[in-house]
Amino acid sequence: MQRGVMTVGGKGISLLLGLILALGGLLSGPAQAAEIVIGGLFSITGPQSYLGEPERNTLEMAVAEINAKGGINGNKVKAVIYDDEGDANKARLNASKLIDKDKVIAIIGPSLTPTSMAIIDITQPAKIPLISCAAGVNITSPVQERPFVFKTAQTGQMAVARIYQYLQKKDIKKIAIITVSSSFGVSGKDQLVAQAAKAGLEIVAQEVFGEKDTDMTPQLTKIRTTPAQAVICWGTGPAPAIVAKNMKQLGLTIPLIQSHGAASKKFIEYAGDAAEGIILPAGKIAVYRDLPDSDPQKSVIKNYVEKYEAKFKTPVSGFGGYAYDAFNLLMHAVGKAGTDGTKIAQELQKIQNFPGVSGVFNLSPEDHNGLGPDAFVMVKIEKGEWKLVE
Amino acid sequence: MEKLAELLQYIFSGLTNGAIYALIGLGFSIIFNATAIINFAQGEFVMLGALVVIAFSALGLSLPLALVLAVAAVTVMGLAFERLAIRPARDATAISLIIITVGGGVLIKGLAMLLWGKDAYTLPPFSGQEPLTLAGATILPQSLWIMALTLLLVVGLEAFLHFTILGKAMRAASYNPVAARLVGIRVSQMVQFSFGLSAALGAAAGVLIAPITMGVYDMGTMLGLKGFCAAVIGGLGSIFGVVLGGLLLGVAEALASGLVSSGYRDAVAFLILLLVLFFRPQGLIGRRPLRSS
Amino acid sequence: MARYQRWLQAGVFYLLVALSGSLLPGTYYVTLLNLIGLHIIIVLGLNLLMGYAGQISLGHAAFFGLGAYTSGILTATYKVDPLLALLAGLLLSTLVAVIVGIPALKLKGYYLAMATLGFGIIVAIAFQQMDWLTGGPSGFMGIPPFRFLGWRFQTPAAKFFLVWALVGLILFLSLNIVDSRIGRALRAIHDSETAALAMGVDAQRLKLLIFVVSALYASLAGSLLAHTVNFIAPSSFGFMFSIKLVTMVVVGGMASIWGSLLGAAVLTVLPELLAVFHDLEVVIFGLILMVVMIFLPRGLVRGLLDLWELRRRKKQGR
Repeated sequence: MQRGVMTVGGKGISLLLGLILALGGLLSGPAQAAEIVIGGLFSITGPQSYLGEPERNTLEMAVAEINAKGGINGNKVKAVIYDDEGDANKARLNASKLIDKDKVIAIIGPSLTPTSMAIIDITQPAKIPLISCAAGVNITSPVQERPFVFKTAQTGQMAVARIYQYLQKKDIKKIAIITVSSSFGVSGKDQLVAQAAKAGLEIVAQEVFGEKDTDMTPQLTKIRTTPAQAVICWGTGPAPAIVAKNMKQLGLTIPLIQSHGAASKKFIEYAGDAAEGIILPAGKIAVYRDLPDSDPQKSVIKNYVEKYEAKFKTPVSGFGGYAYDAFNLLMHAVGKAGTDGTKIAQELQKIQNFPGVSGVFNLSPEDHNGLGPDAFVMVKIEKGEWKLVE
Repeated sequence: MEKLAELLQYIFSGLTNGAIYALIGLGFSIIFNATAIINFAQGEFVMLGALVVIAFSALGLSLPLALVLAVAAVTVMGLAFERLAIRPARDATAISLIIITVGGGVLIKGLAMLLWGKDAYTLPPFSGQEPLTLAGATILPQSLWIMALTLLLVVGLEAFLHFTILGKAMRAASYNPVAARLVGIRVSQMVQFSFGLSAALGAAAGVLIAPITMGVYDMGTMLGLKGFCAAVIGGLGSIFGVVLGGLLLGVAEALASGLVSSGYRDAVAFLILLLVLFFRPQGLIGRRPLRSS
Repeated sequence: MARYQRWLQAGVFYLLVALSGSLLPGTYYVTLLNLIGLHIIIVLGLNLLMGYAGQISLGHAAFFGLGAYTSGILTATYKVDPLLALLAGLLLSTLVAVIVGIPALKLKGYYLAMATLGFGIIVAIAFQQMDWLTGGPSGFMGIPPFRFLGWRFQTPAAKFFLVWALVGLILFLSLNIVDSRIGRALRAIHDSETAALAMGVDAQRLKLLIFVVSALYASLAGSLLAHTVNFIAPSSFGFMFSIKLVTMVVVGGMASIWGSLLGAAVLTVLPELLAVFHDLEVVIFGLILMVVMIFLPRGLVRGLLDLWELRRRKKQGR
């Protein structure tokens, strides 16, 4: 018996050694000289793939676009993109792989707040600029401790401010909120609660639902028993559409306000008839055709939407825009600063009046997001189309 | 009166989901009784049912035809799954077999993702969108379809297992494989058949629920786990038990998320599972304890 | 003789650790190897439970999470000493394991599997929903590095040595458990519980003991995770991870301590190697899992040795 264990044990150790050597192979293969390598890290598979997939597509498209124009400063750009599956440990592993193996000069992504938070203490000490595509306010603050971390997505804070402005105008005082149990929904809930008092609103019901839930009638039935004058739903993917359908089924006729997480064509498709009349804050991408030509974002968005839809044959979502803006901001900075991380970060925070898909960016050493509440417009769904609400 | 309408609303919601859990749970129960395997790919057959019916109906087939074809197609997939993944490993331990089903589930889900992409697809309800009102509570016609067809399937299954030669042979093979073999029943065929039958039940659940929940490649996992809970709660050995377990689970979930806290809705199912395992391990209706192989 | 070999193995193991720790460039290797190390710790415990006590747990990710969150919350929010926090995590896991284990282990069959499945999912939901304590789905940030006797394990290299020193410790502890009276009693139970009972082995107490030990291993790994990554999120402790752990045990080979090392390493590295296939990754992962289980049901190490043995015999036959 003892002998058997020893043989297997000896083999075990040599197998382990072999594995370590095999891993060495993973790290070899240096990048070509005249190539600028950037990293992409998105939740391409897993429950949040609706974010990661358009972000990956967009980044690939944007890289091809810039190379067709001759690259940046005469150098071709290459993007190495990994999938973190929405998992924090995977994100860390891939972030260090991007830095060590692929020698990227900057990273775009991750798609989610938790995965972004998870890799900050890898990218920050390595002095690699990180431009996150996630919504969480905490990603870029405190900004003094994170000079290399930026983000392009609008924060939930701004969306809530926009919604509350609208509700005040409509003289609504009592609201019910129903939020998804994901980082997006929880940060939305926190902001809804935090800003309610200041806006003179009373939250009479607080409900939650799971990302993959398929029936929200119990929560809405409970809301029906409260004096709420409007329902605010904070979610992404098919679930908020089910909330809309369930409200219709229950005959709950008070206004339904969705978050910017529902600002995609898919939402209208999912919700069908129930989408009619829903109000939500959306990035300007949803209604870019209705924007006046004087709007600096209009031409940027038009260019992005037309190229994306032509290339991928699928309706565009605002999520890909986060990666598009991140790439363009990064290329702008690289064009001026070259490939040194510290210089890129310094150049990034100097960017002013930069029209992007998600808004006009005004970055500064104090603000590494650079968007204001005007990045959102309130829209209403009418006959399956977005309409600007004045 | 108002309170009553509220309660009734929870119960409608619960019964609709519960019927689906029951169908999925029956799939677990059939395979478990035939092979002592917990088939973790069961939820993926639900997903396949939903996505295949949506694909057929997008091709322009009439809904009834699309429904039948979808269930048939998924049944074939279930038979193929047994043939390709389970039978080659029949000498393996039950633990290995369970892991094979996990791998199979991952594979099926991955293939569905490649084939259908990551977006959800919608399917029109079988008849009408307008909710019916009953004592102040509303119910969708689709929910009535779900409950009625589930009832029909359960009765049909019961009749099949008790009144047909094939059904009797399946039961014999599951009670005592050795004795069954002695009287000339081909046990391996019965095992394959049990996979086909479970896949059919799973697909039926997917087909029925698609108009309400939409179809998406990753919908199967959680539904599968809930179905598993339903099966264990009711008692893996009894059809009636599994149905009861499913309905109970659905209603408990709806009541918990309406009256207690919606955040812990999914926890309710597993909490009941634990309580049943600890205090009545054979399940609420189970007549015999789980086999101990 | 046996003791001498054990010391030799330990020597070789730590030499390897020291070598790789000082030679590895950058953080990628270290992050990957740390993850492998943590997985090895959990899998060693789970293999004692599955391979020797013949029970499955489908909820070990929960103990991993309990350790991680206890350490994270106590050290970051309440400024408790990391070692005390780690011990608190172990205590909590013991308590929970006993509560879940006692009723479940009374029964034969897969009751522990079903109970741990339910328990694991409930714990994962609690991590998500108790956001006032755990930070919810956004994750828990700012966990300080591990401190012990005035040492601070802050650099990647220091973390590597911390994790792998403990991997070694747990590895040799497990080897000793297997060779001890407990191990022999466990094997007896595995072969025939009735016979073991007749010999005066208290099967139920032993099974519970091993279940608790395996929970402790997982909890320890969780605490180490918290201190090596400084950030934890509920998505790392879900049902799928529990399944992955079981898979590591089976791929490595049940009742094979050294196989556990390989199983954990292979299944942690495999997704990395498959990343080049993009969306095909999951499909290939599922396929490999099935193929290994179908053709090498005794696990990778034993399976490959069997195949090798078979070929050798054939050759000799000729």
